[in-house]
Amino acid sequence: MNKKGIILIVFLILVVLHQDFWNWDNANLVFGFMPVGLFYHACYSLVAAGFWAIVMKVAWPTELEEWAEGGTDSSKGGDQ
Amino acid sequence: MISVVVIAIYLGLLLTLALFSKTLFRGTSKDYFVASHSIGPFMLLMSVFGTTMTAFALVGSTGKAFGGGIGTYGLMASSSGLIHAACFLLIGMKLWAIGKRYGYVTQIQYFRARFESKAFGYLLFPILVLLVIPYLLIGIIGAAKTIYGVSVTKVTPKGEIPGAFPDFFENGAIPPWLTGIVICGVVLTYIFAGGSRAAAWANTFQTIVFMIMGILAFYLISNELGGVAAAMEKASDAHKVRTVDGEVGFSQLTFLTYMFIPLSVGMFPHLFQHWLTAKSAKSFKLTVVAHPICIAIVWVPCVLIGIWATGVPQLNGAPAGAVLAKTVAVLIKNPVIVGLVTAGILAAIMSSLDSQFLCLGTMFTNDIVLHNSKKEYSDKQILFMARAFIVAIVVLTYILSLVLYKKNVFDLAIWSFSGFAALTPLVIASLYWKRATKTGAYACVIGVFISWVTFFTMSGFGGEYFLLGGIVPAAAMWFIGAGGMVIGSLLSQPPSKETVSKFF
Repeated sequence: MNKKGIILIVFLILVVLHQDFWNWDNANLVFGFMPVGLFYHACYSLVAAGFWAIVMKVAWPTELEEWAEGGTDSSKGGDQ
Repeated sequence: MISVVVIAIYLGLLLTLALFSKTLFRGTSKDYFVASHSIGPFMLLMSVFGTTMTAFALVGSTGKAFGGGIGTYGLMASSSGLIHAACFLLIGMKLWAIGKRYGYVTQIQYFRARFESKAFGYLLFPILVLLVIPYLLIGIIGAAKTIYGVSVTKVTPKGEIPGAFPDFFENGAIPPWLTGIVICGVVLTYIFAGGSRAAAWANTFQTIVFMIMGILAFYLISNELGGVAAAMEKASDAHKVRTVDGEVGFSQLTFLTYMFIPLSVGMFPHLFQHWLTAKSAKSFKLTVVAHPICIAIVWVPCVLIGIWATGVPQLNGAPAGAVLAKTVAVLIKNPVIVGLVTAGILAAIMSSLDSQFLCLGTMFTNDIVLHNSKKEYSDKQILFMARAFIVAIVVLTYILSLVLYKKNVFDLAIWSFSGFAALTPLVIASLYWKRATKTGAYACVIGVFISWVTFFTMSGFGGEYFLLGGIVPAAAMWFIGAGGMVIGSLLSQPPSKETVSKFF
């Protein structure tokens, strides 16, 4: 499987992990002050950042920048 | 009174910084609209993050957590961390590249060319403006309510604390009409001075301010409540879980379908303009990675404050939009701190308003006036037209903000986000599906518009509304838009080879 396929699968897994139904009625506190459901999603934000950092590293679209620089700038871009 | 002085000093500092950025302004319309593609990674992160975090972030998150519990974070913040970053990477970067290559400064210019239809712009323009207006309203009304709460006469067990201006205004409070004029005036001043560049500088400053003030408020409030553990112990148990219990909690269906709402950033016209200010594609790297972390830094403290507020007797029955201001006023009595935290709230609000004002002027000038115009306009004339349209929209929004002052502004915002989110099949198909056609684009936009008006009407013009026991309207509208795009495209002739080779 190519890199894009793996990234898509991990993304979908993260979407599923966002629906943490197993924490729905869990009132336990982490570190004595943070409800489990909130702690889980705070960690989820960090995992999301880590995921995108890895995506940047392994699937950076180098060709996009070159393509962007290759055109001519038009002052009336809306015209066809 | 001291709090109001602190806020006035903050506004003065903001204007000074933004007017300084005017010295960097190159005087051209391109510099005004997209800062000549010169914004680096840090300023891009701060301006994009500041723009996406409105009054909704500080005031709305606290109020929503106070009403609905901890689920607020997962509902709006952690999902945004994943989805926003995906939109920045997959939509933002690609649009930046297309915009830079072909010189587009608005979404409509791109869609007109991609879908080979000049008339399409005339359909999309009023819909985008219509959807941005509620977003502007939450900023102006949110600011007015916050300043009113800080400056009004307060009755405490120890007696009455007079309002900031007892000789001038009823209850000593700064009235909404005055706050609206000041906030709009400050934002207009720096937008007029330096356009996109001034907005980027001002947003960077304001984003740093509201992030620091959010953390400061969190620290001081937790101290006043005896520490984080004691504060949580006093809070309502129902707010510590997501189980539905009366008004508290969220159904799993709502939680799941709410993931469609953060897609809205893919179609915000003001974010499109921010993306185009980027110096290079590499500028996006920091924004994509740091955005989920910045959301956590702002939202975790605010949601915790909202939960803790449920254990503060003086806040029983407080309206959602006033929870943060009331918590600060009740628990933190130091007027300087109250002023600083209020300045942080205003910073969050203004860092969105500026980009929205600017993008409306940019769209009107480029998509309506200059499009198909046979007359050649000078840069000076173009800037004048952009500014005149911005003033017209600000006046309209200001009047609406006074009329709708008592409306729950956060419900209005969700309707704005939902409309933009439902339009994302348009931009996704335009970028990734060669077969997407003009007919598909029309079907998508018309389908979304009709369904949005229908659901908005059924909600009682802006109230909370769910379908089939918990589905948010944004999810249903997204599928209507996507269906329109796919069916319309497949039933029509493919785009010309020139268009396909231009964009793919």
